[in-house]
This record gives sequence, C-alpha cells and structure tokens, in this order.
Amino acid sequence: MEAKTRDLWVFVETNVDGTAKNVGIELLTPGRTLADGQGGRLCAAVIGYRAEAAVQEAAAHGADVVYTVDGPEYEHYTTDAYAAALTRLVEKYGPTSLLIGATANGRDLGPRVSSRLGTGLTADCTGLAIDEETGLVRWTRPAFGGNLMAMILCPDHRPQMGTVRPGVFKKGPAKTPHAEIVREDIRVAPEAIRTRVVELIRELDAEGVDLESADIIVSGGRGVGGPEGFAPVRALAEALGGAVGASRAAVDSGWIAHAHQVGQTGKTVGPRLYIACGISGAIQHLAGMSGSEIVVAVNKDPEAPIFRAADYGVVGDLFEVLPALTEEVRRLKREKQSGKS
Amino acid sequence: MNILVCVKQVPDTTEIRIDPEKNTLIRDGVPSILNPFDGYALEAAARLKDKDPETRIVVVSMGPPQAEKALRACLAAAADRAYLVSGRAFGGSDTLATSYILASAIRTLEEREGPFDAVFCGKQAIDGDTAQVGPEIAEQLGRPQVTCALEAFAEGGGLRVHKEVEEGVEVIDVAAPCLVTFTKPAWNLRYPTIRRKLAADKAEIPVLGEDAFPAIDRTRIGLAGSPTQVKRTFVPPQKTGGVTIREEQAADAAKKLLALLDGRGVLAGGGESHGS
Repeated sequence: MEAKTRDLWVFVETNVDGTAKNVGIELLTPGRTLADGQGGRLCAAVIGYRAEAAVQEAAAHGADVVYTVDGPEYEHYTTDAYAAALTRLVEKYGPTSLLIGATANGRDLGPRVSSRLGTGLTADCTGLAIDEETGLVRWTRPAFGGNLMAMILCPDHRPQMGTVRPGVFKKGPAKTPHAEIVREDIRVAPEAIRTRVVELIRELDAEGVDLESADIIVSGGRGVGGPEGFAPVRALAEALGGAVGASRAAVDSGWIAHAHQVGQTGKTVGPRLYIACGISGAIQHLAGMSGSEIVVAVNKDPEAPIFRAADYGVVGDLFEVLPALTEEVRRLKREKQSGKS
Repeated sequence: MNILVCVKQVPDTTEIRIDPEKNTLIRDGVPSILNPFDGYALEAAARLKDKDPETRIVVVSMGPPQAEKALRACLAAAADRAYLVSGRAFGGSDTLATSYILASAIRTLEEREGPFDAVFCGKQAIDGDTAQVGPEIAEQLGRPQVTCALEAFAEGGGLRVHKEVEEGVEVIDVAAPCLVTFTKPAWNLRYPTIRRKLAADKAEIPVLGEDAFPAIDRTRIGLAGSPTQVKRTFVPPQKTGGVTIREEQAADAAKKLLALLDGRGVLAGGGESHGS
C-alpha cells in the first residue's frame, strides 16, 4: 500500500483488564524520535475491550493521536479479530511506519498483518534509528542466536514494519496528554474468528511466569544440579520480588518447566536486573538476556563465559552465595522499612 | 488426515564461533542440521499418525540442493514423502518472499498430494529467529493459524491444539484447513528405525524448480523481490568493565554485591509481593 501520511504508529497491546502492556508504552519513547525524524506524528493504535485505561496511558506518554478500536470481540487476543482491525486501521490512515511489541501475541499478529499488506516486517528488533542516508527506519536485530546483528531497511513498501523486543526501551514519564482520540467502529463477525479457546490449563510449575515483563529475574542453570537446586534460586527471586528463569540445560534436564527458559529457544527478556546462577553463558542464553540493564553472574568457574557478559561477577558456590544474598536482601529491606516508619 | 510439514536446513548455531581478529562469524565447518523447531513440528505430525495410521505426512523445504539431507532425515524419522523447492531465483528471499514461494509450492503440491488439512511449521528457524514465515504462509493461504503449539490432536474434523502461553497451556480448537507452528515440547523428534533410515537413503526427492510455478510473480521473489533489505551486519560488541567479586566468605561477597546493586537503585522497587 501507499503511505498517506508521514506518521509513525505504535501498536499498543492491551491486557484483559483494559490496561496497556508495558512494551506498547515503552515503544512510544523511540517512537517519538522516529516520528520526528520522519517528519510525521506519533500515533498509538489501541485495540481491546473497555480499554480506556490503555488509551489514556498512550495519550499520557506522548502520542499525538490515539486510534482505538473497542469491542467484546477484542477482549481476548485472537489472530483473526486483531489482524482484521489493525489492517483496516492501517489501510484507512496510511502510516509510514508501524512498531509492534515482540510479545507472543505481537509476533503472532505482526507477520499476519504485514503479509496481508504485502510489506516488509523485521522481527524482534533491539535497535531503532532513522537511517541518515535514506531517511528510512533502520531496524537492528540479532540473528544466528545473537552471534550476528543485522541492520535492515524496507525501502519501497509501506508501512515499514517491525516487532521490537520488550524491555529494550524504557517507558517515559507520564505528562499532560495532548492527544487527539479517534474511535473507529470495526466489527468482526464471530464466524470470522476461526480459533476458539476451550480452556486454560494452568501449569503448577509455571508460577505465572511473566519473564518478559519482570523487573528482576534470577535464573538457574546446569550448576544448580537438580530440581531441588532451584530452591535457593526461588528464595532469592522471592526476596527480590523477581521472577525465576532458567537456562536451556536446566530445562532440558527436566528440572524446571520450559516456560521459565531464557534464551534462543525460550524467552527473550529485558529486566533491570538479571542474576545468572550456575549458568555457563552459552551464546543462545546470552542472546535471550542481552536486553538486561544490569547482569550479575554467580558461578564457581572463573573462566565461565557468563562473566564476560556480566557487570558484576561473583566467583563462588551458588549454594553458599545465594542464601547469603537472600539473607542480605531481607536485612536490607527490613532496614529500609524501619527507616521509613 | 493429510499433513504438510515445512522444514529448513540451518547451520547449527551452537557451533558458530567468532573470529576475534576480524570480528566476523566463522561458518566453515559448522554442521548443517534440521531446524530443531521443525523437528518438533514433524514429531507432532508423527504423533497424529501414531493414533491414526491413515495420516499422511509430506515434508517440503526451500533451500539449496544440499537441503536434501534435512529432508532425508525427515523421511527417516516420520515423513512419507518429501519435496525440495530449489532455484536460483528463490535465493536471497526475505520472510515475505519465502512465504510467497512456499504458499505457491503448497498449492502446487496440493494438486499432486491432495488438499492438506494442516500445515505444520517450526515456530522459528534458529538461524534467522524471525518466527514470521509460518504466519505469513497462513495469511497467503487464507488459513487460520495457531502459533507456539506444543501438541495437536484430531478433533471433529479440525485440530485441538495445546499452545504454550505465560500462565500454562491454552487449549484451542481450530478448523481445518489450518496452519500451526510448534515450539519446544517436553520431547524430541523420534529416532529413525534402521528400516526407515535405509528407505530414506534411497527415496526419490522431487525438486520443484522455478519452472514448477509458471504463475509465480517474479517481482515478488528472491533478493530483488524482498521488501526488506539487509543494509549491513556486524558482530555485537562484548560487554567490558565488569567487576569481579571473589571473597573467602559468601556473606562478604553478598554484602559487597548488594552494596553495589543498591548504589544503582535496582533494589528499590522490589518486594516480597509477586515472586511466586
């Protein structure tokens, strides 16, 4: 399709309670830079059910325009309903570029929409810029398990589309909104939604593993030695208010569910703090956690590659270091709390 | 049930090393393997066939002539028939061009093999990691899709799919014809039997070249027909300036680390509220 504007759009995914997923709001930060570089407006596209909270959040984080589609068919994500609504919005308003958070749903939706529009999509980007030479969006993404980075352009097709890894960009501060809100009535007939969720089997072990939006992650690898070896990992995560991750070696050994796996065949994460315990640091694991702000490694082997990716490396036995850390975190919290009251 | 599994031969990315002098990837001597996620897709098809021996499994791969090796591995493990889509004009295709070629190939194969009730793909290939080709094929064939599946079961003429989600497993019904992409389940692709291995070594693998698709739009394939273009690649810089903490007593190491972390303000927002 032809672009009708120089606008940059951010797709803002919603939660079932009508709030925005973090990544959508995060993307308004680089979105502003790109929109200014393109000479267009920064627009958010919010699709959901009773999603006024997400609309307001996008407006408060700097969107010039918020396009929103609201209806019961969007309460739970389905490929068919969301692809129909987003494609219709894009065709009607013709943005030059479109960013989508690379969540599980974002990566399900993005290629469906780009394929329908016949345009290019760059997957799971970790860097965004305006290419000085061409004025196009320059998408940077890892390939070959994080061994190689590629810079991608989409010269002749519109919109230029990319999915962007959660946690890479930081949410800006909320400001007084100035956004124009455009409500579009797009209905999707029930028979056009060709998948049906029968039930959700909650995994006993999954513990609501929301690794992708966690601020703090404590991960265990081969060095934990067995399923019971995750106990000190969990204890530290709990003390820090963080989530539990794992390396492929630990998951493949059956010590913990795959939902916890960080890395190429697991999840890509971008917490503020990532603590890798007994993880050697295979490149595939490093690729999955490279978006972390601060990396701590705890490992007996001072030669482990994980230390080269760490800001702070503790050489020592995790079964001694982790309980000591947990104890120290609890003490620190108690001190801070009593200091406040 | 008639199932088509799309597979790709990929370099084993766990074997790729970086040349520290030139800061480039060393690809020489890196073995080529069947993309592991495609193996899970094939195993999902094989499990459907275990329950219903009438099930037919066809595999297709787009790639250079050497990709035949990955197809033989599929025949040895579980597939009944294999096709290779290979041609110079296809080289350099991005995900959209690849999905266009594969969608054209699937339509051509349906003329020979009958309609496919389901197309199975790996969630992503471990060299590109895009996870885009599956959904892009589904769109071009007009089929519903389920991504990140662990297992599929025949159910009322369609499929019941177990999909991996944050909270656990979502059970989804999808009507046939459909497309499903698979992630890593708790099992691997089955090992071939000796008999299957021998038969696979001898099997004929038809090649679909450029002339197999007379109606294909040449402006939409290959490097020139791809909307996305690689401007440049580089090896990511390593982190430098890390601090090493090595203490006799674990408690001392813990104190030292936490003082450093607290100084960077990462411990402020935590609490015992949402750990487990």
